[in-house]
Amino acid sequence: MAEYKLSINGENLTVEVEPATPLLWVIRDTLGMPGTKFGCGMAQCGACTVHLDGTAIRSCTFPVSAAVGKKITTIEGISEDNSHPVQRAWIELQVPQCGYCQSGQIMSAVALLSKNQKPSDEDIDLAMQGNLCRCGTYPRVRKAIHLAAKMMTHEIN
Amino acid sequence: MKSTKGVSRRTFLKRSSATGIFLALGFPAAALEAVAEKMPPLQNMALEALKGIEINPFIIIDQSGKITIISHKPDMGQGTWQSIPTVVAEELDVDPATITIKSSVGEKKFGDQLAAGSSSIRGSWNTLRNSGAAAREMLMTAAARQWGVPVAECSTANARVLHTSTGKSLGYGELIEAASTLPVPAEPKLKAATAFKWVGKSVPKPDVPLKVNGSAVYGMDMKVPGMLYASVERCPTITGKLVSFDDSKARAVKGVKHVIKSERPFFSRTFEGVAVIADSYYGALEGRKRLMIEWNTSAEKEVDSAAFIASLHELAGQEGAVHDQAPEFKQVLEQAAKKHMASYETPFLAHSPLEPENALVHVRDGECEIWAPVQGPDGAVRAVSEYLGIPYDKVIIHVPFLGGGFGRKAFTDYILEAAYLSRELKAPIKVVWTREDDTLQGPFRSASVSRMEGALDKEGNVLALHHKIVAPSIQGQLWNGLKENTPDAWAMEGISKHDSPYQIPNYKTSFVLAETSIPIAWWRSVYASASMFGHESFIDELAQMNGKDPLELRIEMSQGDSRYRKVLEALKEKSGWAAKPEAGKGKGCAIARSFGSIVAHALFMGRNKEGKLRVEKVVSVIDCGTFVNPDTIRAQTEGNIVMGLTAAIKDPIIFKEGKVQQTNFHNYRMLRINEMPEVEVHIMQNNEHPGGVGEPGLPPVAPALANAVFSATGKRIRKLPINLDEV
Ligand code: FES
Ligand code: FES
Repeated sequence: MAEYKLSINGENLTVEVEPATPLLWVIRDTLGMPGTKFGCGMAQCGACTVHLDGTAIRSCTFPVSAAVGKKITTIEGISEDNSHPVQRAWIELQVPQCGYCQSGQIMSAVALLSKNQKPSDEDIDLAMQGNLCRCGTYPRVRKAIHLAAKMMTHEIN
Repeated sequence: MKSTKGVSRRTFLKRSSATGIFLALGFPAAALEAVAEKMPPLQNMALEALKGIEINPFIIIDQSGKITIISHKPDMGQGTWQSIPTVVAEELDVDPATITIKSSVGEKKFGDQLAAGSSSIRGSWNTLRNSGAAAREMLMTAAARQWGVPVAECSTANARVLHTSTGKSLGYGELIEAASTLPVPAEPKLKAATAFKWVGKSVPKPDVPLKVNGSAVYGMDMKVPGMLYASVERCPTITGKLVSFDDSKARAVKGVKHVIKSERPFFSRTFEGVAVIADSYYGALEGRKRLMIEWNTSAEKEVDSAAFIASLHELAGQEGAVHDQAPEFKQVLEQAAKKHMASYETPFLAHSPLEPENALVHVRDGECEIWAPVQGPDGAVRAVSEYLGIPYDKVIIHVPFLGGGFGRKAFTDYILEAAYLSRELKAPIKVVWTREDDTLQGPFRSASVSRMEGALDKEGNVLALHHKIVAPSIQGQLWNGLKENTPDAWAMEGISKHDSPYQIPNYKTSFVLAETSIPIAWWRSVYASASMFGHESFIDELAQMNGKDPLELRIEMSQGDSRYRKVLEALKEKSGWAAKPEAGKGKGCAIARSFGSIVAHALFMGRNKEGKLRVEKVVSVIDCGTFVNPDTIRAQTEGNIVMGLTAAIKDPIIFKEGKVQQTNFHNYRMLRINEMPEVEVHIMQNNEHPGGVGEPGLPPVAPALANAVFSATGKRIRKLPINLDEV
């Protein structure tokens, strides 16, 4: 057991956990923020995607000790009122089915758009292929990323 | 292991309510927050919070005018959370956007609450409409009496009863008390379809906003005070028995509280395991890794999927149980000018909902409370009540959103496992399966073989068709319900004469029973997910024998001005079928009627940079009769194409010496976004009774693909999965 100071969604939090504990379980169980999901536990599905200093990582295989001193963002930190363009695009195109993969999809999409304002289909394939959706929302994920890109560059509101 | 230092009390409470400590489903986080502190945490808050008057099981109205509508079929992504309340609201004449939605919790008054068989809307359509219409009539009668006017002069709008000539109006909330004492009309007047305001429109789903900010609550997110987490080490072979275990290392892991033998009843069988129970899930997982267990797997050396599939091909030589046979069938086949026979093979598959199975159960003195993602709340309550010997009404279930189901969560073994542990340990226990547990343990879609026989006359007209399916019986294995020499009724879905799009004068369907100890279950679209591969591939083979265009042959064989023909003609037009594919590319089509709806796909293949065949585009036409939400129908059809393609080109489940060889998504792979073709879905408009939507799009995917591969390469593939890199 060790104490870790984490910065999550702009809040400074202290947790006392085993050093090897994957960040996923610290976020979900220790801190009670369940928006980040568990789907595979081996960096294969993307349901657990969060940002570490703006980069998408799979929190299920990322030890908490390595997250110290970095800015962690979870789905809860994107916006609670669904005002982020990616969330608006997701609602506009009614992307989620069961919704279980969607926190991870959105985190990957936000990370992509923060680095690439106008992603091509190939850029989307590359950035999003770590996020599985068993329900099959891929066509809408793709369209929603293009729509969010337009919203972010104010081509449309 | 837990610390909330640095988290303000306000933030903590807010998070707690959003995490589902107080049973969030049915209640937006904000509404919950207001009551969270006041609620006894282990009570059925959902019911407590409803202080209104129940005018019938589906509708509760309180005096302030707040309307709550119950959705009695769990939402696993198929949209019942929107579609069911919308049908009731339509007849009640209230805007669905203004109502509160609550899930049923297994109450007997709702009858069957199992979301399966694409039946939620088509099976409840009349009930839902009648309940809305009856309540509206009672509210109008109450108003008419109060005003002393004939009911016929009253109308409704915006949750109010109106009397236009006097300008009087009363809100539903003001009328509910009087209305609820009136007799319930047996045959209330229903709206004409042309008067629908919300049914038939693409209304945004109320769960979507919750699913884009992490606030939607799943079983995986449930927590109650005092809860412990369990992870269960299961025998790597299906029915191996526990001989002994050494838990000394597991118990040394920080946070591990108990290690005990566990059991998981699944119909007539009980699977054994060793459960590690800890104060965190991570602790339970770590403890589980350190268990040393001796299993007896001797009974299973023989369980091998390749050998099983080989035995299916052998069994295909038997006559089996005939489901349906035209009187002249045999004779016509014998005397036909041209004959063709072919066998098709499909593998075992796992469901792999992205949310692994999980259940939180608290067994207390003579009662039990459950929080679990399950497709049938009433079935789960019944199973737990029987298992624990606790009366039905002393078992309470809370069903959150399901992170996918696909048939897996229609079963309750994972809930019984948690119930067993909670009873033994006298604490609320949450069992969370790993992806490996989910992939290795099943139940699975069974492997099967279809043997097809066809006869043509000299002109190439199809005179006779026989579909023989060789497979284990789900009915038989699970419910011991297969009568001798009878086909499994579910195996006839899609292939029966009743479902066939074609006017073939001599039709025959039959079923050869295969036995297996591998646990099998419904898997999205059940047998049709496999049998239509053979059925519709064979139709293409007949077209080829005839030198006919496969879609033209289907149109020709479909009946007169039937719904089938309209679907096929729409497909021809919408997909631009007539255009000839460029060299090396291909197109294929297939049609199937299953679960009350007809779906046809046209699938187009091209080549990637390496010259490998890839699916570029799928155009679908669906006729599901009257529908509630066209956008949901498109979404479900897109989803069926993805799941159908995964089943057709990705990994199968393979058994060797009783053990599944696939474990997680790296070796049981799924279609990913970079492999996603463009999809176009067209919905037929008519006034037929609603058909299913969650499954019918899946069965025609695999044959459309195999037919397109044939068109591109001239190779006829009769075995799934297809390796697109090698064809
Ligand atoms: S749970 Fe982390 S990638 Fe699947
Ligand atoms: S929406 Fe269900 S897994 Fe993606």
